[in-house]
Amino acid sequence: MSTVLSAKDFATSQEVRWCPGCGDYAILKTMTKTLAELGARPESTAFISGIGCASRFPYYVETYGFHTIHGRAPAIATGLKLANPDIDVWVVTGDGDGLSIGGNHLLHALRRNVGLKILLFNNEIYGLTKGQYSPTSRRGTRSPSSPGGSVDAPLSPGEFALGAGAKFFARAIDTDKAGLGDVLKEAHAFEGAALVEIFQNCIVYNEDVFADFTDRKNAAEKQLRLKHGKPMLFGADNEKGIRFNPDDFSLEVIDARSVPEQVLRHDERNKVVAHLLVELAKPVALGVIYKCPGDSFEKSWYAARKSGLKRSSSVADALRSTNTWTVT
Amino acid sequence: MSDQISMDSIVVRLAGDSGDGVQLMGSQFIASTALSGKDFATFPDFPAEIRAPVGTTFGVSAYQMNIGVSPITTAGDAPDVLVAFNPAALKVSLPLLSSGALLIVNNDSFTARNLTKAGYAEDPRDTGELDSYQLVPADIGRLNLEAVKPFGLSKSDGGRCKNFWALGLLMWMFDCDLLPIEDWIRQKFARKEVVRDANLAALHSGHAFGETAELSEAIPRFKIRTADLPAGEYRGITGAEALSLGLAAAGELADRPVLFCSYPITPASPLLHRLSRLGELGVGTFQAEDEIAAICAAIGASYGGVIGVTSSSGPGIALKTEAMGLAVNAELPLVIVNSQRGGPSTGLPTKTEQSDLYQAVYGRNADTPIPVIAARSPGDCFFVAIEAVRIALRHMTPVLLLSDGYLSNAAEPWRIPDMDDIEPIEVNAAPGPDDTRDAQSLAFERNAETQGRPWITPGMPELMHRLGGLEKDIDTGHISYDAANHQRMTDMRAAKVESVARFIPPQTMELGPQEGELLVIGWGSTYGSIFQAVRKIRKTHSDVSYTHLRHLFPLPENLGGLLGNFNQLLVPEMNMGQLSTVLRDQLGADPTPFCKVTGQPFLISELAEKMESMLPPVVVAACKPVAKGEAR
Repeated sequence: MSTVLSAKDFATSQEVRWCPGCGDYAILKTMTKTLAELGARPESTAFISGIGCASRFPYYVETYGFHTIHGRAPAIATGLKLANPDIDVWVVTGDGDGLSIGGNHLLHALRRNVGLKILLFNNEIYGLTKGQYSPTSRRGTRSPSSPGGSVDAPLSPGEFALGAGAKFFARAIDTDKAGLGDVLKEAHAFEGAALVEIFQNCIVYNEDVFADFTDRKNAAEKQLRLKHGKPMLFGADNEKGIRFNPDDFSLEVIDARSVPEQVLRHDERNKVVAHLLVELAKPVALGVIYKCPGDSFEKSWYAARKSGLKRSSSVADALRSTNTWTVT
Repeated sequence: MSDQISMDSIVVRLAGDSGDGVQLMGSQFIASTALSGKDFATFPDFPAEIRAPVGTTFGVSAYQMNIGVSPITTAGDAPDVLVAFNPAALKVSLPLLSSGALLIVNNDSFTARNLTKAGYAEDPRDTGELDSYQLVPADIGRLNLEAVKPFGLSKSDGGRCKNFWALGLLMWMFDCDLLPIEDWIRQKFARKEVVRDANLAALHSGHAFGETAELSEAIPRFKIRTADLPAGEYRGITGAEALSLGLAAAGELADRPVLFCSYPITPASPLLHRLSRLGELGVGTFQAEDEIAAICAAIGASYGGVIGVTSSSGPGIALKTEAMGLAVNAELPLVIVNSQRGGPSTGLPTKTEQSDLYQAVYGRNADTPIPVIAARSPGDCFFVAIEAVRIALRHMTPVLLLSDGYLSNAAEPWRIPDMDDIEPIEVNAAPGPDDTRDAQSLAFERNAETQGRPWITPGMPELMHRLGGLEKDIDTGHISYDAANHQRMTDMRAAKVESVARFIPPQTMELGPQEGELLVIGWGSTYGSIFQAVRKIRKTHSDVSYTHLRHLFPLPENLGGLLGNFNQLLVPEMNMGQLSTVLRDQLGADPTPFCKVTGQPFLISELAEKMESMLPPVVVAACKPVAKGEAR
């Protein structure tokens, strides 16, 4: 059983049925490659999804997989994790599934710090139901259900996660194999709930909605790639840096060459800076934004029980653990 | 000391403010009468508010109990003894009492203010309206405070001991041993010495009041005959206790852990509380963020190889509906417990009703059949829980278990079963590692008799497969939109639930012959009332029979035949005729519904009256004309 598995070993016989050019293909490829690199065992790995384009994911990974109902994957995954904490549980969800109909479950899975690796495919649109605006759609998004432009304020997954008490929040781009792969490995290594927001391009209903910062030609100027302990630098020659402005408690871009000592070093445990990083629009912060290790929910849950889920006493005794009397 | 009055059974009702400790007093009194070998049934009747405004009629909390020679199956129609802690409790309880009942009233509470709050213009003790009862006014409040004075409690804290004072008096009246209650008080308040000692003092003071007070001539003492229960080891049990222990027992019988996932709701929460203390029996509990998460976590647990159980009451069950469909489609075991309450919507959270039968049998989108079973008495909850898990694991299906608020809280003496007498629960084993066939199809290889698939769970090598809510091919288990396949899968799901009927024992009669004039058909917690009413009627009409259903969907295979042996069928239900509809739908029967939705259990008398109206009069000379519209 210790054979070395390749990315191909994690592919199922099922024909992948996303639209040609969908960002999901790239995510799937990086995921299977990462599983192989992590040495994951297929029998000890489970993908749990809700409903939506992203939620087809489990059909295409040769591990255990459960395609459940809309928004509820974190709740089902929580039950699985309590039943068997040894299983690596990946939850695949989208902006509609995870932040609209299932917002409550995502919130509580994060707050409890259940050991789930949650991949939130954010494309700012409802794909499977043919293009309605979603809770992450920007104001003014024109869609079949908002022909005049949406008026709702969008939700920021990062702010949501930090507000919910998440202990791990990271971001990556669907087609960025290296960046996504690194983040998936970090999430996998994290003991509690790890939320990874993946900017996913829906080429049919919301094409290039993230192109402003995901296009290769814009990458250097528009992306801030975070590494724990490293200075926050970006630009073609890393000539720009991020500084904390104590006057208005904001992050601002500075010339890293003239004042290198003012460039912030990324401390993934600093929640205050994490709050500022998730709000940063130019550049967009990528990588592990916040990570605060601690006991997972299931670890605490089992620690509070003398013998886990094993029986240490008999029902016959329990039936008699009160006043009894004998009738002859 | 007054002479003792010998009786076969007696109905006692305790009533007071919801903060008066009436429920505690009742359950402790019952515990000691049980220890002295009496049969009993109880009915706790309390308001939805935790602390309703003091002194009002809607804030009255009551505990009614019927004690005596078996079979005692209901808490009794009309109390023979009432302990009323205030005028509101008296006012609410008075219409229920039997004529000549003994009234013990707390004199100190009959103040002008309390009388007004209860809606009395004049003191009922002075108006003559209590003349037909045996009134025993006792200064419970004052005497209790005197008894607890040495312990230096505040007036309000000291006042809280008055339920123990009254309990002491009852113990004297019923000649019960004080020792078990003293022990209980010492244990319960071990860390609060002052409270412990004050409660003990109150208890003894009440007891001494009965023994020594000048009034004791007026206070009768009762000698209740010991119950003629079958030999064995007994304990008292409530429905919530029995259901919790039954779920744990099912886990033991199947040799699997149980994960109980629930969200707080009245009257289902006692189950969550009980099970949270049964960790040593391999039971885990998870308090989810909502009803949907609760059932989903239970499904996740079942997917992980643990027996997943969720629980709620009607409104919460409604929220779980979509996930039930997922469990059906994914062919996963699951038990859903519904502690029914009065509805619709928030309805009457603390009052009992049987009105979720339609919801259980018919209440899902698409053709989504789920087996439905119901418990009849507190002790029966134990066996029904085991049965639910057995069906769920054998057929790989969710199972709905119907209980209700009355069953959850009611108590009865219960003969402790021998676990060795209960058949172990078999699990559909996963194929061995040598099986080289495609895991996806192996996961859905169903047993021809039960349509149950193997319980393959994450962690098992070489058996990785995908499942979900989408329709799948009946053989390969892959997603399928094929039209003919959907028909076959729908047929398979129906056949699975129908097959449950082949594994259940044939329906039998509780009372009466296999054929005759009138068959009364009951289900759920109405068992006790119907049993007594039919027993009463059968003294004059031997052609009346009674059968009580545990399995509501599918129905027992021989039920149709049984119903056909009677000229008339009567279905008493605490809803508007739901089982009648199911019997009409499933068996083409034409029963007469007898419906009541007052939030209170059936009275034996009203059931007997209904039956009499359907039967020929016994004595022609005394025949009353049958009221129009009542004759069938």
